[in-house]
Amino acid sequence: MRAMDLFSDTDLTLQSLQAVIRVAEQFKEKYKRAPVFMEVCGSHTMAFARSGIKKRLNDHVELISGPGCPVCVTDQKSIDAMITLGESPNRILCTFGDMMRVPGSRHSLMTAKAAGNDIRVVYSPLDSVKIAEENPDKEIIFLGIGFETTIPILTLAIREAEKKGIMNYSVWMTTKLVEPAIRALLDAGEVKLDGFLLPGHVSVVMGEEKYGFLPKEYGMSGVISGFEPVQLLSGMYKLMALLLEGKPGIINDYQSVVTKKGNRFAQEMMDRYLTPFGEEWRGMGVIPDSGLVLRDRFSLYDAKKKFQISMDQPRKTKCRCGEIIRGLIKPEECVLFNKGCTPLNPIGPCMVSTEGTCSAHYQYMRED
Amino acid sequence: MITITEEQALVDVLGSQMYVGILFVPEVKVGDYVLLHAGQAMTVVDETYANESIKEWREIIRESDGPVL
Ligand code: SF4
Repeated sequence: MRAMDLFSDTDLTLQSLQAVIRVAEQFKEKYKRAPVFMEVCGSHTMAFARSGIKKRLNDHVELISGPGCPVCVTDQKSIDAMITLGESPNRILCTFGDMMRVPGSRHSLMTAKAAGNDIRVVYSPLDSVKIAEENPDKEIIFLGIGFETTIPILTLAIREAEKKGIMNYSVWMTTKLVEPAIRALLDAGEVKLDGFLLPGHVSVVMGEEKYGFLPKEYGMSGVISGFEPVQLLSGMYKLMALLLEGKPGIINDYQSVVTKKGNRFAQEMMDRYLTPFGEEWRGMGVIPDSGLVLRDRFSLYDAKKKFQISMDQPRKTKCRCGEIIRGLIKPEECVLFNKGCTPLNPIGPCMVSTEGTCSAHYQYMRED
Repeated sequence: MITITEEQALVDVLGSQMYVGILFVPEVKVGDYVLLHAGQAMTVVDETYANESIKEWREIIRESDGPVL
């Protein structure tokens, strides 16, 4: 059997579970409470829920989901602006599929599309450049939502448009960076954590050394982990071992794809096209330098400059996604969970996205 | 990874073939496994490390004793 298949092997998963439970019990004995970890990445949230690991470890480890689902952390005003952007003739709005059903203050992109607006789901931002090439009489806008894994690919789309001299193409950038979000959470001090399970794919781009600030400045430990059941469990085990040793550190438990310095080519592309910007996060406000926007010399491709859209303050709802992404409450604590809010009738983005915490709990962790 | 051109490569994804971008992995060779995201290869998978990490993890599990489940 190939190593990559073994990471989801049932026997090895069960043995790994036992090992994690054992070390969690040691932690409990030493500190008289269960360890509390945050998984920063939305794909980890889903993987923990889908594999059943989160439920199985309920009595042993407290796992809190963090601000790692790109759609969920996008503030409501920004979502409303993106939907409005698509509601105009002579435009084709392109997006990743996750955005289509995210509720805006009035309606979603899906509703806007049903009303006749040209809104298309693409697999890659580069597909949207092709659409621009094929539709020279229309403005094509790509909704550039994402963390460090996706951001380099947005720059490839700009590079492609530049290379082909395409003028009817732009990207609506609402990108987010992981480090400033982790810092903001720790600085706010609202959520009490023992350590982090660090995002595997973001780390592919940014590298292991990116997290040096955690032990150095916050005395916090973290483990970079993969997404298969055995990888999730091995990551947790190693995080607890670090805590029991009492020496804060970072372990790269995903070295098959994550290097110390990350992907140099992707980082160079980000640096060439983009510059830091204070992005607004759902429930967290504006965090300085927490996103990347196009440098001035690429303004031609900047949809925010090309199409000035001003939005009213969004309608207030009872949705508590803002607290969910800060790790302050579990989905079950929201009065709307599984009542007014379900995947078929989502009230907030956390119930829609394939990486959303409410969606993960609804699909895999409901008691009824 | 099946065939490679300057910016693209033909890959096998669970039995179906598709073209992916390889600008971020100029070192990629035919036969390599890559991690894909939105149509781009983001890194070449180091299979040697994957094998070693499984071996090391089995060792850790073996060392801890007695079933808890
Ligand atoms: S259950 Fe629905 S309304 Fe409640 S926080 Fe989650 S997405 Fe928002």
